[in-house]
Amino acid sequence: MNAFATDMTAEPDGVPETAHSEELLRVDNVSLSFGGVKAITDISFDILKGEIRAIIGPNGAGKTSMLNVINGFYHPQEGTITWRGKERRKMKPYEAASQGIARTFQNVALFKGMTTLDNIMSGRSLKMHRNFFWQVIWRGPAEREEIEHRRKVEDIIDFLEIQAIRKTPVGRLPYGLQKRVELGRALAMEPDLLLLDEPMAGMNLEEKEDMSRFILDVNQEFGTTIALIEHDMGVVMDLSDRVVVLDYGKKIADGPPEEVQANQNVIDAYLGVSH
Amino acid sequence: MVGSASASPRGEDTFPKILLHNAKVLGTRTAFREKDFGIWQSWTWSEVCEEIRAFSIGLKSLGIEAGDKVAIVGANRPRLYWSMVAAQAVGAVPVPVYSDSVAEEMAYVLGHAEVKFAVVEDQEQVDKLLSMSEEVPTLKDVIYDEMRGLRDYDHTHLHSYESLQNKGRELQAQNSSLSREWEEGFAGGKGDDVAVMLYTSGTTGRPKGVMLSFDNLAVSARNANVFDHLDETEEVLAYLPMAWIGDHVFSLAQAFTAGYCVNCPESIDTIDVDRREIAPTYFFAPPRVFEMLLTHIMVQMEDAGKTKRAMFDYFMKIARKVGEKILNGEDVDAKDRLLYRLGEFLVYGPLKNRMGLTRMKVGYTAGEAIGPEIFRFYRSLGLNLKQLYGQTEASVYITLQPDGEIFGDTVGKPAPDVELKIADNGEVMYRSPGVFVGYFKNDEATKETKTADGWVHTGDAGIIAENGHLKIIDRAKDVGKLTDGALFAPKYIENKLKFFPNIKEAVAFGHERDVVAVFLNIDLTAVGSWAERNNVNYASYQELAAHPDVYSMVESHVDQVNRDLSREPMMAGAQIRRFLILHKELDADDGELTRTQKVRRSFIADRYAPLIEALYDGSKTKHVRTEVTFEDGRKGAIEATVEIRDMEPHVPGKDYQEAAE
Repeated sequence: MNAFATDMTAEPDGVPETAHSEELLRVDNVSLSFGGVKAITDISFDILKGEIRAIIGPNGAGKTSMLNVINGFYHPQEGTITWRGKERRKMKPYEAASQGIARTFQNVALFKGMTTLDNIMSGRSLKMHRNFFWQVIWRGPAEREEIEHRRKVEDIIDFLEIQAIRKTPVGRLPYGLQKRVELGRALAMEPDLLLLDEPMAGMNLEEKEDMSRFILDVNQEFGTTIALIEHDMGVVMDLSDRVVVLDYGKKIADGPPEEVQANQNVIDAYLGVSH
Repeated sequence: MVGSASASPRGEDTFPKILLHNAKVLGTRTAFREKDFGIWQSWTWSEVCEEIRAFSIGLKSLGIEAGDKVAIVGANRPRLYWSMVAAQAVGAVPVPVYSDSVAEEMAYVLGHAEVKFAVVEDQEQVDKLLSMSEEVPTLKDVIYDEMRGLRDYDHTHLHSYESLQNKGRELQAQNSSLSREWEEGFAGGKGDDVAVMLYTSGTTGRPKGVMLSFDNLAVSARNANVFDHLDETEEVLAYLPMAWIGDHVFSLAQAFTAGYCVNCPESIDTIDVDRREIAPTYFFAPPRVFEMLLTHIMVQMEDAGKTKRAMFDYFMKIARKVGEKILNGEDVDAKDRLLYRLGEFLVYGPLKNRMGLTRMKVGYTAGEAIGPEIFRFYRSLGLNLKQLYGQTEASVYITLQPDGEIFGDTVGKPAPDVELKIADNGEVMYRSPGVFVGYFKNDEATKETKTADGWVHTGDAGIIAENGHLKIIDRAKDVGKLTDGALFAPKYIENKLKFFPNIKEAVAFGHERDVVAVFLNIDLTAVGSWAERNNVNYASYQELAAHPDVYSMVESHVDQVNRDLSREPMMAGAQIRRFLILHKELDADDGELTRTQKVRRSFIADRYAPLIEALYDGSKTKHVRTEVTFEDGRKGAIEATVEIRDMEPHVPGKDYQEAAE
């Protein structure tokens, strides 16, 4: 009788491995230093289209620097970055953004005095085509354009289940919700690659579960590729398809979560060994 | 059946037939609204008819048959309401289920009801249903409204609402007679067919499936519409659980029979905003909603500027003095009437607007007793808030307060067509067209509840006052005695305690004991706000509840209740002698409350047995460890040392004598 039970229990994230084969971003032998301090040394890895890629490592391992390199905030002294098959050199963050790389920050970076709606709307600014003159007049094409953008934003609000705080100034929201709004703002850009810098830092268990659900849903529903930095190992192991581990600016492991978890170098890096 | 005779002359007898009628007569009027993507989307009666027709034909293509049970699980959404009528149109019986119930509770209900199909809101509910395939072996297909997260699930027995509806539309396009056949399918439906099965929340034992016929619902709904002059121009907000008889009658039965518009909020968290935007003309809420609204206003007034606060205080005094009299149409002198009108402009109007009650023609509260202060507050603002007394088994209505005959301590006169009597043991009994068909697969319980000639035991003890109004004292089986023979009505005492905004929940013990003792829960909003204003630091409910200042504050409330009790000859012997504030909030997830937020006394007595023991052994503190269940089903434990305070009883009747002297 129970055909129903067996054939419907497919894992929600049971996407076949072959789905991620196209390379979206590739980092080759990248090194970054500030004066004499080497933040990143000779790191190479790739991010495949449609996957969730985690970057982990102990404090000061160079994870955030790596994200900053990817979205063009830092420029590495050595090495190359290949974005969608094209090697790219110095790029400004807004150029990276217009090419489809969005990110959220470790410390929430929102306009505290603006509402949730306006904050997410600000994520659409790169997609606004009418110039300043039209924006001021706000008639005809500009109005139509704004309505179109608002529709997109409402989709995101619905997706993230933040209808109740649509008109609430972000500064008044609890931290967990601010993080969600920030994710919304990044999603508003309709990015191909979403960089999340510790999306769950400082959250309680329930908020973490919600956020994990949203990250999975973003990945599944919109097909967005995600690179995330996270310290909660449970979250990393559950969410990500592949994990890259950094320690003291060097890559020490790269592979599926189970493999990385068993890697002796990783265990040493986290627990510490006598040198 | 009592109902079938009186149903047909009043109009169509089943909801699918009423739907067709409404589509014809009220075709262009708005029937449903839902806020989605920040905008109120609406459907007219003829659009709703088309939506239901397409979905119903789609359902049929899945092989649904007459008599099959269809579970409806989710928050209030037009599509879920439509699914119920779509199921009825093919002879199936909808079984709405509390969507926030834990998997185990839901599995019992669905298994007992033998549901074959389920229409659910989203992935959360789909997952829940998948996890209970063992307990519900009859379940064949699941239909969901929201696609999100379900893309990669196996869709052999899983369907989206939209795809099924589209299939229905395709079938109609291919075969032009299908639409007519669908209408003919329910044309022969009778008023005494079972329309819906609602599971009672079960304060005692397992939930029971109450079968209600179309006549039960349609006749009761029409009676209520006539009683309060409700027509197709009303607006209601559908925000209470769909599995609850109240919502079923207000948002479906009465909406269909009167033809008024049902508005579904955007999400559970936006209800306050949505209510303000819709401004319902007919509004129903359990007392706790009115309490919450009032608490909210009071907290905000504390933070308001001096002028505003003075204005509020002054005009509220005027309202308390004359507001209710004006509402009841009594004589009030011209000066007060003028002041009241000024107050309406300056204070009452804006307040009502804030609460979204500006257009409210009539509002009801029921489920439990409402605090007289709270009740009076709303009425003095000119809001026609009334109480009713009802049950699932009665299709809601047993008694109603008629306009102009509002007494705080009674629940009104028998509703139209309802006969009422008090049994020898004090239990309230009724007979009406709304009386249920029976409990599903439980003839024994049906016999116990419903007599051969149609009288139903309510299980409540009550008296009929001289003016014909019913007064409920307590659950008939809960009324007990102290060892000295004094009457002990726990709910009566608990309600008195709960009327204080600082006290959220109370559980009284005393049956076959020497004295009365109570467990209390503080209200985190009210006490939290007080703590903020008085620089009291706290990190959790537990810490705030154990604070000595909070204890003293609550002690004064308990003392006030004792003083009230001492004035009532019947109750003076049952004054509270000891109390404690529980270290955790009572929660439905832990089984301590029912889904409608009523306390489950016997369960609590078992769970906190060590605390009860401590209440009666004279100890001053007690260390306890309690297991809790989180929303995702995991378990944890909290530990605390709970303080117990003693109370001095008041001398019975003393206050009266003092007042007399």
